[in-house]
Amino acid sequence: MGLLSSRISVTRYKVEGWLDGPVHETVYQSLKQRSIPNIEDDGSEAIVGWTSFETPYAPDFEGYSFVFGTHMIFALRVDKKSIPPKLIRKHYTIEAAKRLADTGRSYLSANEKKTIKENVVLNLSRRIPATPNVFDLVWNYEEASVWFFSNLKSANEALETLFIKSFGLHLIRLFPYTTADLIAGLSDGERDLLEKLEQRQSEG
Amino acid sequence: MLDVAIAYRRYQFLGNEFLTWLWFMIETDQNLLRQYDPDLLSLNIGSRLVLENTRNNGKETVTIKGDEANLEEGLVALKKGAVVTEMHLSYKAVGQDWLFSLKGESLNISNLKLPETGPLETSEDLEGVVIEKVYLLEKVIGLVNNLFSHFIKLRVSDTWHSQTLSHIRKWSVS
Repeated sequence: MGLLSSRISVTRYKVEGWLDGPVHETVYQSLKQRSIPNIEDDGSEAIVGWTSFETPYAPDFEGYSFVFGTHMIFALRVDKKSIPPKLIRKHYTIEAAKRLADTGRSYLSANEKKTIKENVVLNLSRRIPATPNVFDLVWNYEEASVWFFSNLKSANEALETLFIKSFGLHLIRLFPYTTADLIAGLSDGERDLLEKLEQRQSEG
Repeated sequence: MLDVAIAYRRYQFLGNEFLTWLWFMIETDQNLLRQYDPDLLSLNIGSRLVLENTRNNGKETVTIKGDEANLEEGLVALKKGAVVTEMHLSYKAVGQDWLFSLKGESLNISNLKLPETGPLETSEDLEGVVIEKVYLLEKVIGLVNNLFSHFIKLRVSDTWHSQTLSHIRKWSVS
């Protein structure tokens, strides 16, 4: 999902606050620190990190390669492992039968079943490669705006979390209320009336 | 500012009202739309329009699809109290066409097709193409922001109740 796709989805954000220090150097250091790790045998279900716009499968931010004119362009990458439920069931059945044979019992407790299932999922997670999902973003620092190229709720939530962890800045999603409040240039009086619109609506 | 999750739910009706107003403006006053983008030649409903009526504790959805779709059914739904919740738009400026969908509750842009940009044949072409794409995106996002800003100022003014609502009602029955 990206800037160069033939069909684009965009979620607009306002960035709250400013970076300490030189912008490009601070962003470069933060991107490097939180860039997606190249680990295939990690047991976790999903790994989230930054990657580069030009080379999303080999993150590289050297030479401020994320700077395009007055904008900074890079990408969020979410590497997710999805294990088919039938595969989990197969390995769980094999492991449960083995445990019964080893112990000579005819049943397993709920706790034992849970532990077996967790181990099966962990082992399979280590063996199955993660599927990478790349979502580009454009950051106009001067305008305090970010365009994120996905409308997916999970991807937007991952972006919001990683952005504040990386840069210490909140992203405010622009939907009708926040667009009215932050973008529309309303006067204080008009902003008061905006708040009352909701009251009238609920009263009505 | 209100909590974001609360504000999203409480004010999503504003986005639907915006799209309903925008349909009215598209059909009745293209000149005013040009004030918000001097390069604008036309803004028209594209291939999809979704309306929703939640009056009387029910929920009725009307979806009109197709490039040359007859929007009459949408006007009938408006008369019954429905609002537009999603619309596909065709935006034309000199020599350039954009197609995109806009959702009322989130103001998210989706299915956006930008005008053609220069070819991307070598890595040296990349920076130029990217800067061009960003410019084309700025045009469409700027248009949406400007239109919404105008709408919200109108919505909180006395003019909305004293004039605009009755003009929209007259148009929907005309």
